[in-house]
Amino acid sequence: MAYVPLADQDHEMEMHHPHSFVEKYVWSQDHKVIAIQYGGLAVFTGIVGLVLSLLFRMQLGFPDTASFIDPNFYYQAVTMHGMIMVVYLLTALFLGGFGNYMIPLMCGARDMVFPFLNMLSVWVFLLSVIILMASFFVSGGPTGGGWTLYPPQTNLAGTPGHDMGIVLMLVSLAVFIVAATMGGLNYVVTVLQYRCRGLTMMRLPLTVWGIFVATLLALFAFPALLVSAIMMLFDILLGTSFFMPAIIESGSPLDHNGGSPILFQHLFWFFGHPEVYIVALPAFGLVSDVLSVHARKNIFGYRMMVWAIIAIGGLSFIVWAHHMYVSGMHPYFGFFFATTTLIIAVPTALKVYNWILTLWEGDIRLNAPMYFAIGFIFTFIHGGITGLFLGNVVIDLPLSDSYFVVAHFHMVMGVSPVLVVFAAIYHWYPKITGRMFHEGMAKLHFWCTFLGTYAIYLPMHYLGFLGVPRRYYALGTTDFIPASAQDLNTTITIAALFVGASQLLFFINVFWSLRNGPKADPNPWGAASLEWQTPDTPPVHGNWGDSLPTVYRWAYDYSVPGAEQDFIPQNTPEEEGPTMNDDGTDKEA
Amino acid sequence: MSLFKNVTAKPWERKGVIGGLEPEGAFESPNEKVALSIFLVVASVVFSLFTVGYILRMELPDWRPLSEPTQLWFNTALLVLSSILFQWARNITKNDQEKNIRVAFFGAGAFAILFIVGQLITWDNLQNAGYFLTSNPANSFYYLMTGLHAIHLLGGLWVWSKSSIRLLSGGEPKDIKLSIELCTLYWHFLLIVWLVLFALLSNT
Repeated sequence: MAYVPLADQDHEMEMHHPHSFVEKYVWSQDHKVIAIQYGGLAVFTGIVGLVLSLLFRMQLGFPDTASFIDPNFYYQAVTMHGMIMVVYLLTALFLGGFGNYMIPLMCGARDMVFPFLNMLSVWVFLLSVIILMASFFVSGGPTGGGWTLYPPQTNLAGTPGHDMGIVLMLVSLAVFIVAATMGGLNYVVTVLQYRCRGLTMMRLPLTVWGIFVATLLALFAFPALLVSAIMMLFDILLGTSFFMPAIIESGSPLDHNGGSPILFQHLFWFFGHPEVYIVALPAFGLVSDVLSVHARKNIFGYRMMVWAIIAIGGLSFIVWAHHMYVSGMHPYFGFFFATTTLIIAVPTALKVYNWILTLWEGDIRLNAPMYFAIGFIFTFIHGGITGLFLGNVVIDLPLSDSYFVVAHFHMVMGVSPVLVVFAAIYHWYPKITGRMFHEGMAKLHFWCTFLGTYAIYLPMHYLGFLGVPRRYYALGTTDFIPASAQDLNTTITIAALFVGASQLLFFINVFWSLRNGPKADPNPWGAASLEWQTPDTPPVHGNWGDSLPTVYRWAYDYSVPGAEQDFIPQNTPEEEGPTMNDDGTDKEA
Repeated sequence: MSLFKNVTAKPWERKGVIGGLEPEGAFESPNEKVALSIFLVVASVVFSLFTVGYILRMELPDWRPLSEPTQLWFNTALLVLSSILFQWARNITKNDQEKNIRVAFFGAGAFAILFIVGQLITWDNLQNAGYFLTSNPANSFYYLMTGLHAIHLLGGLWVWSKSSIRLLSGGEPKDIKLSIELCTLYWHFLLIVWLVLFALLSNT
C-alpha cells in the first residue's frame, strides 16, 4: 500500500469536520489552523525576544540611564534574546508555521498524515513556551549564562539564574524537542507518503524541499541538545559530574569532580550548527519560490537547487567545531573543520548564483514580497561572506569575542531569515486570509527594516575590527577602544529602536487588512504551484473539495513560449500547454 | 526505489502524470511504519550521542569502572524472550491466524515488564553495594543509560497495553495487526540497543 488514497477517506473526513468554535480554532487538527497557532505563538515569543534586545541595546547605547538594567538583567536579556530568537521564534515559525501550512497544500494532500499528533505538537510547544516564560518570574530570574549555556559558568553562583532559571531553560528545551519531533515526523512522512497523483519528489516546489531537509536536520540534530540538556540537569539537580569539573565557588569547593565542559560544547554545537541550517534551508526554499513567481521565470537550476539543499544539510553535521576554535583544539582538528566550513560555502554560493540568475532577464514584478526576497539576497551574501572569514582559524581567533561575530550571525541567520519570513507572509497572505494587504505600507516596512538593519549591523563589523568585545555590560576605559566607539554604539541603539518600532507597520498592516483589505483573487501573483489552485480561498478544511488534484508538471512553468498565460498551474493537463526542450525551444505537447 | 529514480529526473522536460494512476508515495509500508522507522533513527542518534559522551568521559582520570552485576545476563535473557514472543505474534497475525496469539502477545509484554523489574532490582543492588549515582561518572552513565532504555521500553509498553485492552475487550487479532507489527519492530530495535549498551557497559 503506497498510500492511503485520501479520496477514500473523504467519508471519514466528513465525520471529523469541526463544528463548534473550540473544535475549529482551539483543539483543531486542521494543519492550517495549527500553522497559524504555531506561527502566532512563535511571533509572540519573538516579540518578547525583540523587546529584550532593545532593552540591552539601551544599556549599550545610553549606559546607566535605565536603572533597572543592572549587569544581571543585561546578561539575562542577552541570553533569553538569543535562545528565543533561534529556537522559539525561527525554528518554530519555519517548521511549525510554514511547514504546517505549506506541506499539505503544496503536496496536494488534505492534511498531515497524523493530524492528532500535529495538534499535540503545537500544545506541547505552548507548554515549552510557558515553562520558558515562567523563568522570568522565579526567584533569581532566567538564566544569564549566554544562549550557549556553557557549564560550569552557567551553573555557578556568580551567574544570574544559576538556580531555577537554568533548570527551567533546560526543561523547556527538552519539551520543545518533544514538540519538534512530533511535528517533524509528521512533516517528513507527509512529504514522503501524501503527495498527490503525479507529484514526484522532483516536481515539488523548493519550499517543500527546504522544509523537508530542514526537518530531517531537526530530527537528527535536536537529540544532541536533548542529550546535553539531560546530562546538565543531572549535574545540577542530582549532583553528577558529566560536565562539571572540580571547581571552587566563593572559596569553597563544590561536590563536582572531573567533568568535561568541552564535552558539553561538542554536544551543544553538534546541535547548534545544524540549527543554523534548520533556520536557513526553509528560508532558502521559500525565497526561491517567491523570486521565481515574481520574476515570472522558472527557478534557475532546479535540480542543482535540490541537491544543494541536500548537500548543505549533510555537510552541516561536520562543521560544528568551528564554533569552538577559541576553546582550543588540535591544529589538525581545526584544519579539518575550517576545510569543511569552506566546502559548505560551495553549495550555498551556488544557490545565491541561481537566485541571481533567476532574476536575470526575468519579467520582474516589484511587489512587496519581491522587495523582501531581493533584500534577502543582499543581506545573505553579506552575512555569508563574513562567515568565510570566520571559518578560518587564524582570522576567527582575534575576531571571535568581538562584535564582528555578532554582526556576522545577525546578518546571516537573523536579518536574512526574517526578511524571508516577511516575504513569505506577504506572498501567501492573500491565500491564507483571502484579503490583500496594503502594498504601500508593506514597502515602507521593507525600507525601514532593510536600511534599518544595515544601520545596526554594518557599524558592528567596524566595532569588531576595533576590538570591542561582545557580551560586555560596560566597556570601561581601555587603550585600544576610542571614545568614539561609544558614539557608534549610541547610533546603533537608535537604529535598533527605529527598526523595532517600524515592525508595528507589519502588525498594523496584517491585522488591519484582515478586515479592511480588498478581497483577494485566488491566485493574485499568477503562481503555478498547487497551493494557489485550491477551490476555496482561504482553503477550507480538507483543502481540495471533492477530489484531490492531479499534477502534470513541475511547479515552475512560467513564461512558457506559446502558452496563453505566463504561467501554467501544476494541475493543468499537458494538452493545454506546450513544453520546452532543454534549450528553451518549443516542443509539441 | 522510486524515490531515487525520481531525484535524477529532469522535471522541466517531462509533462503528464508520472507513476500511473496511483497517488505518489515513496514507501510501500503503512505511514505509521515509515514514521516509526524514522523515529528509530532519531532514537539511535540519542543513544549514539550518549555512547560518544560515555567514551569521551571515560578517558578522564577520575573514571572508576563499574563491575556490572551478573544479573544483567538474566535480564538480557528476559528481553530476548520478549522480542521472540513479539516476533511469534507478528508471524501469527501476518499469516492471518489466531491460534496462540494471546499467549504470544501477552507473554511478550509480560517478559518486557519482568525485564524492567529486573533492571530496577539491579539498581537497588548497586545502591546497596554503595555504587551511588554521584559517586563516579561510570555509575552516573550506568543509571542514565539503563534508565533511558527503560523509559523507551515503557513507551512501547503503553502501546502494548492499549492493544492488550482492545484484545481483552473483545477485539479481533486482525484489528491490532499493525500495532503488533510496529511493537515487534520497536522491540527488536530496543533489544539491539540494549545489547550494544550491555556490551559497552560490561567491557569498560
